[in-house]
Amino acid sequence: MQITVKLFATFREGRFSVEGREYPEGTRIAVILSELNIPEQQIGMIMVNARHAEPDQELHDGDTLAIFPLVGGG
Amino acid sequence: MAEKILRVNMTTLTGAFEDVPSEWAGIGGRALTSAIVAKEVPPTCDALGKHNKLVFAPGLLAGTPAAQSGRLSAGAKSPLTGGIKESNAGGTAAQNLAKLAIKALIIEGAPVDDSKFYGIQIAKDSVKIVEATELVGKRNYEVIKTLSAQIAPKVGVLTIGPVGEMRMAAANISVKDPDGNIRSHGRGGLGAVMGSKKVKYVTIDDTNGTGTPIADPEKFKGAARAFAKAILEHPVSGEGLPTYGTNVLVNVLNEAGGLPTKNFRTGQFEGHDKISGETMREIIVKRGGKPKHGCHAGCIIQCSQHYVDEKGEYITSGFEYETIWGFGANCCIDDLDTIARADRIMDDIGIDSIEGAVIIGVAMEAGIVEFGDGPGTLKLLEEIGNGSPLGRILGNGAASVGKAYGITRVPVVKGQGIPAYDPRTVKGIGVTYATSTQGADHTAGYAVATNILKVGGFIDPLKNEGQVELSRNLQIATAAIDSTGLCLFVAFPALDIPETLAAIIDMLNAKYNLTLTGDDVIALGKSVLKTEHAFNNAAGFTKQDDRLPEFFSEDPCAPHNLTWTMSDEEIDEFWNF
Ligand code: SF4
Repeated sequence: MQITVKLFATFREGRFSVEGREYPEGTRIAVILSELNIPEQQIGMIMVNARHAEPDQELHDGDTLAIFPLVGGG
Repeated sequence: MAEKILRVNMTTLTGAFEDVPSEWAGIGGRALTSAIVAKEVPPTCDALGKHNKLVFAPGLLAGTPAAQSGRLSAGAKSPLTGGIKESNAGGTAAQNLAKLAIKALIIEGAPVDDSKFYGIQIAKDSVKIVEATELVGKRNYEVIKTLSAQIAPKVGVLTIGPVGEMRMAAANISVKDPDGNIRSHGRGGLGAVMGSKKVKYVTIDDTNGTGTPIADPEKFKGAARAFAKAILEHPVSGEGLPTYGTNVLVNVLNEAGGLPTKNFRTGQFEGHDKISGETMREIIVKRGGKPKHGCHAGCIIQCSQHYVDEKGEYITSGFEYETIWGFGANCCIDDLDTIARADRIMDDIGIDSIEGAVIIGVAMEAGIVEFGDGPGTLKLLEEIGNGSPLGRILGNGAASVGKAYGITRVPVVKGQGIPAYDPRTVKGIGVTYATSTQGADHTAGYAVATNILKVGGFIDPLKNEGQVELSRNLQIATAAIDSTGLCLFVAFPALDIPETLAAIIDMLNAKYNLTLTGDDVIALGKSVLKTEHAFNNAAGFTKQDDRLPEFFSEDPCAPHNLTWTMSDEEIDEFWNF
């Protein structure tokens, strides 16, 4: 299945900003995190199609996965 | 040095130092400005009349070595909202006042002959009120430069630009920062109140000021160290804010579908990456600007920056997410350089940059200029600075523009422009907009932290459940933090690291020889909110003013296609404490 993976802030360093990537059907977010070498404790937010998600969520073809480190402002 | 209140009477053009009444001894910052306004200003008075008072108060920790402790509160009855206002800002003035042991500066009355402007010049144990002839009509950068050259390079300065002189309801008060640049008491039109008192500027020369002593210096040192450690340890305050500034939020809110776009039509902006914090950092680094910078000495978070042009020349600093959202997504201008120029003009003429952005969004809605028209936007801002008839309609706030042009898509609450988070998609912040005593103000109870950023837990931003309680707790805590004079960004570590709040309380106790507990701090926050709420009610507000504009309930916001569905009863539960 095709997943659009978007990375933000420091997670872009040495990786990428946005990429369309191929994964087997039913891949969980956690698998992609470890593939990208992103330790879970550095994660602030994960969003799938503009909704907050947890690492154990399964993805579906066409999903957009966005991964942010802990950031803030205001 | 014992702490004093400095009272300046602009009717008689005199100033005098007074002892601090016992009821005000233990409070500072917002708690103090709101207490003074509530006690001394008739709630029904004309905000631009002689009965209103403009109050400045450093926080309780100002002038100490505590990190982040240099914020200054300004308060009055707001000409924009018609209610009480507290607006706080960085810059050097809070520390200058604290060094002179001035707990509050109260400016009251108004000259009978209103043809002149004045400057208030404060130094150790002295105050002079002088005619400000040569600075009348001048913009803020020039005023700061002139006064710093005339008095002392390090003199603290509070000033209004032409927008404040013309008493437009969106006028701000500028505060000189450590580099001679500008921070602002932005919201609520306090610059117009200063203009109505005919005060062009206040200077604070703290030469030979020693401040008030710390009762227990050893204990203070330990607490201050623990506090700084917590700030640097938390990823938001220790790494995120200094690296990307607050503008890191453009991509976050866009991704969450809560980035108000095209005057609050949708929640995502096509050009988001061009105006994002990531892109901004790249530009600043490439051009040789400063990606991080503090708005006052002692700031270790440093969310500010110097944004420069292609030749490396300074354009603006304190270039915040709200401004970039406002002219970017909200006005569909996907060019950071244009937005930086807009920020520069607004600081210089003296208008709140959030209200400014909402004003231009409504002006675009009205068809005065097209959405996306950068040069047209800069021209409109210049019209405000020059005080043309159109400029004055604009400079009186987004609500004023909406009325003049018969527009209903006007994002304001209590007359104050709604900032950078769509309440249909970030429902907790919607409760804050509706209920805050300040009018629509995200900082009053920053539910975005818990709704979107997952700081302090997580409450689903798309559902109504739990939002009123979240906003209430945050508004209470914020009112307390605003009274310490700490920058609100200490809330990020405070929400996640328990030692942070303990360290703040220890610092207060060590400075003033007190025995405050966490409960006392919460009680302080509650009492500040209740004081402000009572003022607003006496000024004529009812619970019907705690509502969002109708279009939020009617028009769904893409991509989530939600409307605002919080019932009146649910919102009114807010004040149940
Ligand atoms: S973190 Fe930002 S707003 Fe807070 S004190 Fe530092 S520069 Fe000012």
